[in-house]
Amino acid sequence: MSKLALLGVLSSAVFSGASLLYATLGEIVSERSGIVNLGLEGVLLVSASTGFAVTSLTGNPYLGVLAAVIAGGLMNMILGYLVVNRKANQLASGLALMFFGFGLSALIGKGFVGAKIVGLPRLAVPGSSGLPKLYASLLRFDILIYLAVPVAIAIWWLLFRTRWGLGVRAVGESPDTAFASGRNPRLIRFQALWLGGALAGVGGAHLSIAYAMNWTEYMTAGLGFIAIALVIFSKWHPLYAIAGALLFSGAVAFQLLLQSSGIQVSPFLLSTIPYVLTLVVLMAWGSRRRMAAPAGLGQVYEGVE
Amino acid sequence: MIPGSEAVSAPPVLSVRDLVKRFPGVLANDSISLDAMPGEVHALLGENGAGKSTLVKCIYGFYRRDSGELLIDGEPTEIRSPQEARSRGIGMVFQTLTLIPALSVVENVALFLADLPAIPKLERIAAGLETLGERYDLKVDPWAQVRDLSIGQQQKAELLKLLLSQPRLLILDEPTRVLAPQEVQGFFQVLKRLVDDGLSVILITHKLNEVLECADRITVLRQGRVAGQVERTDATETGLVRLMFDRDLTIAPVSRSTAESAEGPPVLELQQAYTRGEGAATSLEQIDLVIRPWEIVGVAGVSGNGQKELGELILGSAPCIQGTKRLFGEDFTRRSIGDVRRAGVAYIPENPLAMAVNPHMTVLQNMAITQTRRYSRRGGLSIDWQAVESDTELTWERLGFRVPPHLLARSLSGGNLQRAVIARELSHEPRLIIASYLTHGLDVQSVHAARAALVQARDQGAGVLLISEDLEELSEYSDRMVVMHAGRIVGDFRTADADIYEVGRLMTGSQFAYG
Ligand SMILES: Nc1ncnc2c1ncn2[C@@H]1O[C@H](COP(=O)(O)OP(=O)(O)OP(=O)(O)O)[C@@H](O)[C@H]1O
Ligand SMILES: [Mg+2]
Repeated sequence: MSKLALLGVLSSAVFSGASLLYATLGEIVSERSGIVNLGLEGVLLVSASTGFAVTSLTGNPYLGVLAAVIAGGLMNMILGYLVVNRKANQLASGLALMFFGFGLSALIGKGFVGAKIVGLPRLAVPGSSGLPKLYASLLRFDILIYLAVPVAIAIWWLLFRTRWGLGVRAVGESPDTAFASGRNPRLIRFQALWLGGALAGVGGAHLSIAYAMNWTEYMTAGLGFIAIALVIFSKWHPLYAIAGALLFSGAVAFQLLLQSSGIQVSPFLLSTIPYVLTLVVLMAWGSRRRMAAPAGLGQVYEGVE
Repeated sequence: MIPGSEAVSAPPVLSVRDLVKRFPGVLANDSISLDAMPGEVHALLGENGAGKSTLVKCIYGFYRRDSGELLIDGEPTEIRSPQEARSRGIGMVFQTLTLIPALSVVENVALFLADLPAIPKLERIAAGLETLGERYDLKVDPWAQVRDLSIGQQQKAELLKLLLSQPRLLILDEPTRVLAPQEVQGFFQVLKRLVDDGLSVILITHKLNEVLECADRITVLRQGRVAGQVERTDATETGLVRLMFDRDLTIAPVSRSTAESAEGPPVLELQQAYTRGEGAATSLEQIDLVIRPWEIVGVAGVSGNGQKELGELILGSAPCIQGTKRLFGEDFTRRSIGDVRRAGVAYIPENPLAMAVNPHMTVLQNMAITQTRRYSRRGGLSIDWQAVESDTELTWERLGFRVPPHLLARSLSGGNLQRAVIARELSHEPRLIIASYLTHGLDVQSVHAARAALVQARDQGAGVLLISEDLEELSEYSDRMVVMHAGRIVGDFRTADADIYEVGRLMTGSQFAYG
């Protein structure tokens, strides 16, 4: 197999890995506050379609990203209303949000199927200018990719080094204790959901505006659910999420390589490799005491009596 | 009391007027009034379930009161949330600890600091904790995760948390419950210094000697109402007990173990047992311990020296990585908790809310969860709730106290929760009882009832492991005493021959430092 094919596969792994990382970070923030968002897939789709539509209409991809961020935040506000205000079951509400997202994104994107946009500009990796042109063209990434790891570090800092982050983690562990400490668990959960939705929005926007540069229905293809699995994999920790996203998209790239190398194994079997890997890691880490989920995850906060 | 009758100089920091709080089916506070004066310790007494915790939670804005008024410095004030209480300088230590197990001690402390900056410097808070701990002899590793701490260490962390936040009115709901006697002394010295600087304190406790020692005024609650208010100078122990229970207490003298040489195999035999403690938990090393039937063995030691792990080792929730564990003459080293329990081991853990009950189930359901086989009918398809209820009734009758059976465990008062766990563990004739902090949160009357039940079980042939930091309790009730330090058993005495100073020296581990 040529080096070019290898580079191509790796390059696409970086693109999908960045979307995955943003989505995972978003889910980490909301789960740290105690809310599982099973509707992440729907949130990603709605932000991808909204971002694409706005980019296509205005010709400005940055405006598209902004629109996607707001769309993601708003989608999570729906979940917040259901599970925080109406005290609905989180899992059922999340699934409802997902199906709502399927429909809404299809509706938003309907007029834009096949539309051409100017995507986010791609910048060459420093030092790649010396390479042959074909190679160098594969090493050009958009700004969101370069920002992915710094954002993960920033989220880690926010959660573990700031007062707000301490409050979020406290609410996720024990809303009653957080309340006793003078915090408003409902407000904090809404804030965390908003931030989580915004991050998912970046992931969705990256998918449609920077990577694929088109809109197709259900273009996320399960990315949201993989992100939810990666949250567990990364022990609800933003920095481990970087490793998780790398590992998972690396596994996807690897199985694509195997497929293209003409190996005599069913491609259906090969395409399960990343998921099998996820399962293996979950099994290996699942028993550790230190990686327990936030204690208040999935619980309804009843408020004062 | 007549409002304003004592306001000669400064108005009360806090006045409560006719506060009423109702829960479904319970009138927890029925028109309660009290004043907290500046520079004064106001004690709140009452039997388990009298409504003390509910009252202070209403003051702190944790519960919403149904009616009544709060006045701060004489001004009517609305307190709708803990946030508002804190901004008015009211701090509170809850009865059930409000520490988050997954966070470190510093993070827990930071959470409750009123003036925490947006980007807190945890190192600085940790340093503050260490100096405070040094000064008041409340030493806790600031970076340890709370889940790895023993209950006594957690209580210290809780106290440090509040000392650091410097409120004007401090509400303490049984702050000394799980502290060792010498630590209680230290704590009251701290409190005195703070009160001299003008701090007001509302103190809830069941220990009458503490009240008589440090309170200026005492309010006694009974079944949600104020049963009486007395100045300390007018208070006597019998008078207070009469106000609390509306009658006098009779306390039977303790009997000693009667069995001369107990027949049958020991109920527990640990030989060179080791456990591995994760994180800050203590690892047990070289544990040799034998408990015979008809015997109460006391475990003395400063909290956090392996007592919790010893209980877990016997129950089987902490695996024995080396050595052997025999129960009732059989090898149980590798057997499950279920096997251990079915063999007749009862366990009253140090933190019942976290380790012994499911807070979202009712009292009756919690009574049944350790005995599901016994109560299951039709091959496990249904549970005989009537049998559970009648068994529970019987136990309560025997113990002399009762708990509302259909309440959720989480809405029980602290003492009632402990009563429920004791009742469950002491029913069904256990052959080995492990009891940590048996009297944790109980009122005077229930303390006697619980201890009497333990002695009774012993007199019927059970072996008992009584883990406590209270040397008086140990020397009064145990037939034999072992001392734990740093995960090892460092002393083993017949209580009758034990020298209290020697025990104290072993507990603090000074023979390692000097010998
Ligand atoms: N959240 C709740 N829901 C329903 N009932 C409650 C709730 N909290 C307390 N109660 C009931 O109110 C009564 C008073 O409880 P409270 O906790 O104030 O007692 P307490 O005086 O603090 O007792 P203890 O000494 O055992 O701590 C009890 O009967 C209790 O069961
Ligand atoms: Mg109480």
